[in-house]
Amino acid sequence: MSMKISSRQVDGVTIVDCSGRITLGEGSVMLRDSVRELLAKGQKKIVLNLADVNYIDSSGIGELVSAFTTAKNQGGELKLLNLTKKVHDLLQITKLYTVFDVKEDETAAVKAFK
Amino acid sequence: MAEQRVSYTLDSTLETVDSAEEKATNIATELGFGEDEVMQISMAVREGTVNAVLHGNAYDPHKKVTLAFERKSEELVITIRDQGKGLDLSKIPNPLAPENLLKTSGRGIFLMRSFMDVVEIRPSKTGTELKLIKHVHGTSAGGKEASQ
Repeated sequence: MSMKISSRQVDGVTIVDCSGRITLGEGSVMLRDSVRELLAKGQKKIVLNLADVNYIDSSGIGELVSAFTTAKNQGGELKLLNLTKKVHDLLQITKLYTVFDVKEDETAAVKAFK
Repeated sequence: MAEQRVSYTLDSTLETVDSAEEKATNIATELGFGEDEVMQISMAVREGTVNAVLHGNAYDPHKKVTLAFERKSEELVITIRDQGKGLDLSKIPNPLAPENLLKTSGRGIFLMRSFMDVVEIRPSKTGTELKLIKHVHGTSAGGKEASQ
């Protein structure tokens, strides 16, 4: 299953709903382009909803890191929402779980922005 | 499990990466590995093939990737060979080091080591040979590496 991305606004925060696989190639590029497009439009409060992301490889992990740092470097903030067990475990073993701001509830994620 | 070996010669393309992962998933499933182990094996093969296609052969259409699965009595042995310049293991940074945590690449070999029981990387003049071994009843924590 290839990756699909859509975004919506909730109280000034952009929720990016991702589904499928974030892997080398199309999936990583789509995520990169989406985040950069949002930042270019001034939408700097971003939540990546990964509830329907069933697979991620090292390139996908790198893309999450890139999205996180790109947002931060442009004065924005990016949080992760609804990790599947596979993605959660990958972020744990790569020690990235504590780097990202990970939320399990969309309302809490939106409220967490300053 | 009956001993059996199957090998493929593949182009240096992104499609090869997906194909290798799919083959690994099918073979690991056929061999009776559990769902988590199948995912670990398929991801290790995916990462190894990515390294062969991108870093080894650099998408060169004249260079091939060979992928072999060998079913032994108590283990699955996977070999991935490329025709690249070879890999300098000493230049691969530790992705868990604080200064590397926010790097956007460099986690492939680490993931392979995390998911497989044995990871052997042998650089050579004709490329790099990567051997991945998963024991049928082995533990996956902390893959051992025997390089060179």
